[in-house]
Amino acid sequence: MIAFIVRRTLLAIPTLIFISLIAFLIIQLPPGDYVTAYAAQLRQSGEHLTAVQESLLRDRMGLNDPILLQYWRWITAIVLRGDFGYSLEWNAPVSSLIWDRLAITLALSSISLVITWAIAIPVGVYSATRQYSVLDYVFTVFGFLGKGTPDFLLALILMWISFVYLNMDVGGLFSTQYQNAPWSMGKVINLLQHLWIPLVVLSTGGAAGLIRVMRANMLDEMGKPYVETAYAQGLSERQVVWNYPVRVALNPFISTVGWALPALFSGDVITAVVLNLPTTGPLLLQALKMQDMYLAGSFILILSLFTVVGTLFSDILLAWFDPRIRYA
Amino acid sequence: MPPERLLELDNVHVHFPLREGLVKAVNGVSYHVNKGEVLGIVGESGSGKSITARAIMRLLPKRAVAPEGSIRFRPRSGEQYELSALDRNSRAIRQVRGQHIGMIFQEPMTALSPVHTIGTQIMRTVQLHKGLSRAAARERAIDLLAKVQMPRPAQMVDAFPHQLSGGMRQRAMIALAISCDPSLLIADEPTTALDVTTEAQILELLKQLQSELGMAIIFITHNFGVVADIADRVSVMYLGRMVETATVDDIFYAPKHPYTQALLRSIPRLGVDQGRRLPTIPGMVPDPFSVPSGCAFNPRCAHMVPGLCDVTVPPEKMFGLQMSRCHIAEQFAAVQEPAHV
Repeated sequence: MIAFIVRRTLLAIPTLIFISLIAFLIIQLPPGDYVTAYAAQLRQSGEHLTAVQESLLRDRMGLNDPILLQYWRWITAIVLRGDFGYSLEWNAPVSSLIWDRLAITLALSSISLVITWAIAIPVGVYSATRQYSVLDYVFTVFGFLGKGTPDFLLALILMWISFVYLNMDVGGLFSTQYQNAPWSMGKVINLLQHLWIPLVVLSTGGAAGLIRVMRANMLDEMGKPYVETAYAQGLSERQVVWNYPVRVALNPFISTVGWALPALFSGDVITAVVLNLPTTGPLLLQALKMQDMYLAGSFILILSLFTVVGTLFSDILLAWFDPRIRYA
Repeated sequence: MPPERLLELDNVHVHFPLREGLVKAVNGVSYHVNKGEVLGIVGESGSGKSITARAIMRLLPKRAVAPEGSIRFRPRSGEQYELSALDRNSRAIRQVRGQHIGMIFQEPMTALSPVHTIGTQIMRTVQLHKGLSRAAARERAIDLLAKVQMPRPAQMVDAFPHQLSGGMRQRAMIALAISCDPSLLIADEPTTALDVTTEAQILELLKQLQSELGMAIIFITHNFGVVADIADRVSVMYLGRMVETATVDDIFYAPKHPYTQALLRSIPRLGVDQGRRLPTIPGMVPDPFSVPSGCAFNPRCAHMVPGLCDVTVPPEKMFGLQMSRCHIAEQFAAVQEPAHV
C-alpha cells in the first residue's frame, strides 16, 4: 500500500510539469496577446495606441521574448518564490486575486459535494432495493428533472422566488452592509441566507445524476452471487445491503472524488456568474477573454494541480477501499 | 416427521408470474433428507433443482410466488421449523440460514464478497450466530480454514478472494458454509465451475467433512459421475418435477423412469461402444411457457403410450424405497438396464 502511494505520487510530478508547459503554450496560441486585447478595449472607449506604444508595452511586459523563456520565468517564480506573476489586466499580483476566491470556491464545492452524496447515496440505495416502487418512480422523475434543468436556470428561478416572495436579498455571498464588515453573528446569518441558493443549485444537479449512477450500480451488484451468499449467512436485509453491495457500488463515487474538485472549481462558471458569486469561475472566464496570460495560466495550472492531486487522492482512497485495485 | 428426518418437502410449488405467462419452475416437488445422509439432485438447467434449494432457504427471487406446499426442518437442536411459512427477511429464517443450513454456490469466483477478506466474511457469520468475540471468531475462522485444508490458514485468513485460486475460493466458501456446524449443507453445483482435478479434491473434502461433522448434504448437480461419487440417494428432476428418487445403486443399475435411463445412456464411457455415436435424448427441453400436458417428458420419451402419457400426469409410484413418476414404471422392474458408470 505504501509502495503504491509513493509510486503514484512520483508519477504525478512529471505529469504536472508537462501540464504546466502545455497550459502556458495553449494560452499563447490564439492570435494576438494581451496588448492586442488591451488596445482593442481602448479603441472602444475612443483612445488609440500607436504601433510604437504597443511594442513598447510588449517590451516592458516581456512579451517579445521567446515563449520558452517566458515560460521559464513564470514557472521558476512559482516554484521558487510562490509568485504566480502579475495580472496585466488587474495590475495586481495574481496570488492576491486568486487565493480569496479559491478558498470560497473550495468551501462551496466541498459543502455541495457532501450534500450531493448525502442525497444521492441513500436515495440511490432505496431506489435500487425497492425497484419500481412508487417512491422509486418519484425519485426517478425528480432525477431526470434535476438532470435536465440547466443549473443557471434553476439559479434564476430560485433567485426570483426568494426575491419576490421571500423578500430576500439575493446574489453574491453577503448583503452590501456586511460585505466588508468584520465577522459577527449577523454576518454568518447573512452568509447562510445567501449560501442556500448556490448550494441547492450545485447539489441538485450533481445529485440527480449520481442517484441514477448509484441506482444502476446497486441493481448490478444486488444481482451478484456474493449478495446471495451474504443472505445465506443469516444476515438481515439491512446488514446485507449496506455491508456488501453498497460497499462495491460506491467505488465509482470514490474514483470520481478527484474529478469533483476541478469540476466544481470551473464547472459552475455560469451559475457563479448568474449568482454573482466571488468564486474562481468568472475570474478565469474574464482572464481568458482578455488573454491575461499570467492570471489565466496560473488558474489553469492550479486547476490541473487540483485534477492531478484529486486523481491521486481518489486513487489512494479507492485502493484503500477496494483491495482488488491495490495489487493490480 | 419420523425421528430420523431432517428435512421434508411436501408438494412444493414455486411459480414466476411473467408477462409471457406463468412459469411453474417448481411444480409439486416432494422429497426428504434424513440426518447425516447425502441426497444428490440431478437435472438439467431449468429443471427447478436450484429453485427448490432456494425455496428451502427462503432465498427466492422477489417476484416468485409459492402458492402451496410445506417445507419442514428439524435441526440437531431439536426445534421444528415450518420453513415454508417463514418470511424472506424474518428473524426465524435468519437464524436457520448460516446456523442450521449452510449453502455453497456454484461460482466461487463471484460468490464471495470481493471487498472483504475471507476471514472477515467467516467471522461475521460466526459472530452473528455464536456470539463470539472478535478474537475468538478469528481463531475459529483460522481453524475452519485449516479444516477445509487451506494451506497456511493463519495467513490466508487475511486474503481477499481475488488472491485465491478457484479451488481455494471454493474451500473458503465451504469453510464459510460450515462455520456454525450446520445440520444441513446445500451444495448448489459446487464443482461445476472447477476443473476435474480440483473437483475431485473438493468432493473428497466434502465427503470427509460430512463424516466428520455428521451433517446431511443436498448435492445439486447435473453430473451423474459426481453423484455416484458422493450421494447415498439420488433424485432426478425434469421440468419442475421429481421424476425418480432411489438409492444411488438403484438409480444406476435399475432406473425406473425413461428419462433417467436416457440420461444414463447419454454418458460417454471409456472403452465401451467405441466408434458408435453416443445416444442422445431426442428433441429439446420444452419451452417453460408451454409444458406438455400429461407427463412432461412424453414428447421425448421412447416408451410413450398415446392416450395415456400425453393426457394424465403420472402418479408417484413406489417400489420399496424407489419412487418413479412414470405410467409404465412397472415394466422397467423386470428389465434391468446394465450400467457401467
